[in-house]
Amino acid sequence: MADTSLFSPENLEAARVFVGSALALTGAVFSAAGSIGVLRFPDFYTRMHSASVTDTLGATLVLFGLMLIGGWSLVSFKLLCIWIFFMFTSPTASNAAANGAMKAGLEPFLGKWTGQKIKIEGQEALRAQEDRE
Amino acid sequence: MEAHFSPSVLIANIVLMAMLGVITIAIIRLRSLFAIVMLGGVYSLVSAAWFQAMDAVDVSFTEAAVGAGISTTLFLAAMLLTVRTAKPSKPIKKRWAPLAVVLATGAALVYASVDLPVFGSAEAPANAHVGKAYIEATPSDVGTPNIVTAVLASYRGFDTFGETVVVFAAGVAVILLIGFGERARAASDWRGKDEEQDENFSDDSHLILRVVSKFLIPLIAIFAFYVHFHGEYSPGGGFQAGVIFAVAVMLYALIFGLKAAMTAFPPVWARAGAAIGVAIYGMTGIICMINGGDFLDYDYIFGPPVEGAHHGHHNWPQITGIIGVEVGVVVAVACVMITAFYAFAGRVPEIRDEDW
Repeated sequence: MADTSLFSPENLEAARVFVGSALALTGAVFSAAGSIGVLRFPDFYTRMHSASVTDTLGATLVLFGLMLIGGWSLVSFKLLCIWIFFMFTSPTASNAAANGAMKAGLEPFLGKWTGQKIKIEGQEALRAQEDRE
Repeated sequence: MEAHFSPSVLIANIVLMAMLGVITIAIIRLRSLFAIVMLGGVYSLVSAAWFQAMDAVDVSFTEAAVGAGISTTLFLAAMLLTVRTAKPSKPIKKRWAPLAVVLATGAALVYASVDLPVFGSAEAPANAHVGKAYIEATPSDVGTPNIVTAVLASYRGFDTFGETVVVFAAGVAVILLIGFGERARAASDWRGKDEEQDENFSDDSHLILRVVSKFLIPLIAIFAFYVHFHGEYSPGGGFQAGVIFAVAVMLYALIFGLKAAMTAFPPVWARAGAAIGVAIYGMTGIICMINGGDFLDYDYIFGPPVEGAHHGHHNWPQITGIIGVEVGVVVAVACVMITAFYAFAGRVPEIRDEDW
């Protein structure tokens, strides 16, 4: 008797590629959002946050989506290795960059976003930062 | 002349080329050397992705390892010797003569490119003559799945020997220009001595970076050997492996300090290895000559070839020869790169924390 349940092997096989593509597309959306954030956010730390979201969440979703599409194969194993490498390097790089900026004396902007004003402050802080160097 | 070019590949090519153009303009307009070095790495990564899209995986791998990996690191080391920003020495004037020369050259190149064969065309000289011969002969002559490795290390072994010598000569040129580096010369004194606490280590502001890199750097070094010994089966080979290994040592130096790196990998080893690597390559060829063959004729590496003893899948004399010369390449390239890095980094009195 054929397995007619929702989770029959045929259904799972059909869902695999579909879910994988959906995951990869979601990851692409997160990456795009991260890129927009890098361009639009007011100061270094917020941009850093945005960039690291791209690196971790976006890359995770894309890689897991591709793994689902790839199935049980060497390709999927390599993608898993890439993911593990990403999980080690990307947060470390973000941490090192933010840490370096903090040590160099770049103050994060605190308080409410007021548009133009905070932008000018940011440029002043950057200029002060360059002078110090 | 039909080129099967899927639209997605076409779009990817156009996007990647556009990105290369944008990065180039950004590099020209920027004055911060740090940003320029980083963008240079990005440029190499985008080119690597583009080569990948053109199915040139070996070239892509080399571009990623050499362009994005080691060049960026070497530039960073060199940047410590200089200031962070480049200032134009005089105000930029409009110079028409250079512009005219550049435009004329560009127009000539575009004009010439019209005559190039379509990408992937079967009638292209690269695909019709010698390339086709290599593809047909490799399975029976050499028996390595990666034809690029067979061409590079076996059919064209003599050219690759020349390239290895060029890398060695370049390393010698760097040393002649800037010396071994002040601290590199003193490095032999450091070994075995008690290390006084470096101020880098006194506060653990980069604790996470240190812990993670301590875990990752050995993996990078192992990956270099994988790239080397798997070179006949997959993209990669001696040059890429050597560069990756050198990057592992450089990362160690950047994070834990030059002193620790020089204790782990003494500059003397690097200097000796550069010469030994070239010698290994040459000796592999000479062994073939001793056994009665030509220089780098790997069929003779275990003695004159036995008729009929031929190999199902693997032609062991050829594979041994290829691995032999690739060992030479990997040692020479890695050691030349590390020597050059020590030469740059050793000239800086102290790599301070705020320099990073």
